[in-house]
Parts: sequence; C-alpha cells; structure tokens
Amino acid sequence: MSKNVGSILSQIKRLVGNVVKSDRRSIAKTITLVENNQPEAQEIISKLYPHTGKAHIIGVTGPTGSGKSTLIGKLVKELRKRKRTVGVVAVDPTSPFTGGAFLGDRIRMQELSTDEGVFIRSMATRNNPGGLAKATRDAIMVLDASGKDVIIVETVGAGQSEVEIIKVAQTVVVVLAPGLGDDIQAIKAGMMEIGDIFVVNKADRENVDKAVSEIWAMLNMNPDKEKWTPPVIKATAIKDEGTTDLIDKIDEHRKYLKTEVVGMKYKERIETELIEAIKLKAAQSVISDLKERGEFDEFIGKIMEKKIDPYSAADALLTKRLKKYKAS
Amino acid sequence: MKSDRKIRVIVAKPGLDSHDRGAKIVARAFRDAGMEVIYTGLRQTPEQIVETALQEDVDVIGLSILSGAHMTLFPKIMELMKQKRLEDILVFAGGIIPDQDVPALRKIGIKRVFGPGTPTDELVKFVRKNTRRRK
Repeated sequence: MSKNVGSILSQIKRLVGNVVKSDRRSIAKTITLVENNQPEAQEIISKLYPHTGKAHIIGVTGPTGSGKSTLIGKLVKELRKRKRTVGVVAVDPTSPFTGGAFLGDRIRMQELSTDEGVFIRSMATRNNPGGLAKATRDAIMVLDASGKDVIIVETVGAGQSEVEIIKVAQTVVVVLAPGLGDDIQAIKAGMMEIGDIFVVNKADRENVDKAVSEIWAMLNMNPDKEKWTPPVIKATAIKDEGTTDLIDKIDEHRKYLKTEVVGMKYKERIETELIEAIKLKAAQSVISDLKERGEFDEFIGKIMEKKIDPYSAADALLTKRLKKYKAS
Repeated sequence: MKSDRKIRVIVAKPGLDSHDRGAKIVARAFRDAGMEVIYTGLRQTPEQIVETALQEDVDVIGLSILSGAHMTLFPKIMELMKQKRLEDILVFAGGIIPDQDVPALRKIGIKRVFGPGTPTDELVKFVRKNTRRRK
C-alpha cells in the first residue's frame, strides 16, 4: 500500500517536472487530471503552485456571435510576433439535457495548433457552477506553471458562473458587436462592471459609432473605475484590424496592475480563492459525514414534510458537527 | 472529491473536403450521448489533427473524409500519432472509403471504417465499447 502511494507520488513529481519544462503531453494530461478532480489533483496543484504567478491572465468575454474566438486567434498571432508564448482556455457550455458538449472555439484558431509556443485547451462547463471556476483556475495554473507568458480565457459572458470565471483574469476584455442588440444584454450580464477593455468588433458594419458611444455612456456611470478608464477599441478581427491596438492596451493595463491600488485587488482575489477552497472542502467533508451517519437523509425527509426549513436544518446539523459553529 | 471523467472525442476533417454535414451530424450524436466533442473544422493537416488530439487529451479521434485522399492522409496521421506516443487513442474513420482500402487502414491502426448511412447510435455504441480508461 505505502509502496503504491510512493509510486504515485513519484509519478506526480515527474509529471509536474515535465509541465514546468513545458512538455506538451504532460500539460495536456495534467489539465485532464485537475479538470476531472482525480485523486492526484490536489497534490499536483500544490506542487505546481510555486511555479505560478508569472503569466498575464487575460479574460475574453462577450455574447455569442460577437467574434471572440476569431479575435483571440488574431490576438495570439500578434502576441507570437512579439515573441510571447500563449496558453488559451476556451470554455463552452455543457448541454443541461445530455451532459455532452460541442466544443467549437478551436475552429477559429486551428492554424495556431502546430505552433510550439501556443497551447489551446477546450473545456466544457459541465453544469457545475462552483466547480467550473475551480476547473478553469486549475487549468490556468497548469499553463502558468508551464511558463506561458500570456494565458487567455474565453467564455460566453452570460450568467453568474461566467462572471466567476472571468474574475480569475487580471485583464478582462469585453467583446461586443454592433447590431446584436446586446447593449442591454451586456448590462444585464454585468459585463460593464467587469470590463477593463472594451472591443467593438465587426467595426466594418453599420452603427459602430453608436455602439461605441453607448458603451462610453454606460462606463461613465460606473464609479469604481476612477483610476483606470476602460478604453473602447474598434476592431474587425476577421480582417485583422484593431489587434495591435488591443495588445497595446492590454500591456498598458498590465503596467497599471503593478501599482499599489491594484496590489490590493490581487490580495482580494487570493482571499476569494481561499474562501472558495474552504467552502468547498468544508461542505464536502460535512456532507459526506452526515450522509454516512444517515442524518442527511433524515433531515431531507423532515424538510420534505415541512417540519423544518433548510436553514434551520443546516443550523441544527452544523451545531452538532462543528464545535465552534454559531447559528447566524 | 468527486471525479467526473467524460469521454472526449475529436471529430476532424483532414484534407481538402469542402463539405462537413456528415461530420457535424456525428459530432452532434456524440454530444447528445453525453460526450465532449471537439470539432476542428474543415481542411485540417495531419499535423493539426494530431497536435489537437494531444493538447485536448482526447480518448477518441473520428476522421471524416470524402475527397479520396484517405490512403495518403490517414497513414500520415497514424505515423505522427506513433511519433508522439498517442497510440492509446481510439481512431475510427467514416465518409467515402472503398471497401478494398479498409484492410490496409485497419492494419495501420484504424479500428473501424464506417460507411455512409451508418446509424449514429452504432457509432456511439462502438466508441463506448472501445474506449478504455486511458492513463
């Protein structure tokens, strides 16, 4: 048994060593292990963690059809011209009905797949809101540890879990397109608050200037962005127009991130990560223990019969389980 | 922690086809069967397909071809997979492939060749049966 554990540990050590050396197969395998939450995942992450923190993490979000994947394709090409290595994590939704997913973001980036300095990975949301943010964060960590200079995360910017993912990014690029009717959608999805840079893509279409001025108007109402004024860039990704502007702004934002104010934001992000990890672990440990004792099902029954509400049930269960628990 | 492994499949179109209805139907069938399907799009080189399989850490590659170039492109793909130590990935093919070519393709490691009109649930069954948990 202990010999077995020893051999798993040495396998993990070898795998992590190869990731740090940027071996592509090891990167791919490691992402699978952490994405699937396999038993080795935590050990791997703890070994990789010291090697992370060097990459600039960029989130790209925006409604379906705004041209995110095409823009990322061009962005990566330009970054490669500037001699930077790039990792891409492209997230697409899992079907809530079948659990399957069609991951098609690569189509627009396929010419990059044979470039040694680029690693693209598609991920499905797997209908697991909390877990998705974790899986994405872990995949980014693997790419970061492998020495990529820039890591781009792509998600459809709809809903809370997407906003959670994008929080991982240091610079958030929101991509919109004129005529999609998405100005209102963007406000609803909370994109105006999270964007550090706005791109109006498909700028060869009508109504571009209207879209730009609408974004400006929205941004001016946003008091949190006093220090950094989010630029609005016009781009036509398919013709490779606006890409260099975008990278220049991304770099400018990165410089801004090194200032003191933003150091605080970094601390906040680490805080969130720790809180999430505690929530996950505490909930898992308490729930599995309660299930083993049969108390979980007992309370489910009581709740179904309306003898108790879920909050009071949680208080009752936690008071028994955790010594320092105070009902709130 | 709970582990949730899914079957990951690439549906790829090597060479100069300009028609991918069949490949998309197959991709859709796998998705509906609960798998994660990466679609590469048209006109892929063998290098692109193999590199995608590597980065995406897939369990299965489905190759669709209509152009008649399968005897050139498929051996190239299988050779690259060997070089990159990806022999444990299940590979099958579909499209317009004459019966007389099938034995040669099987010999280089293509597990099955499906002709036009194959019901999609046959494909799904085949993939489920032949996908082992990879290391």
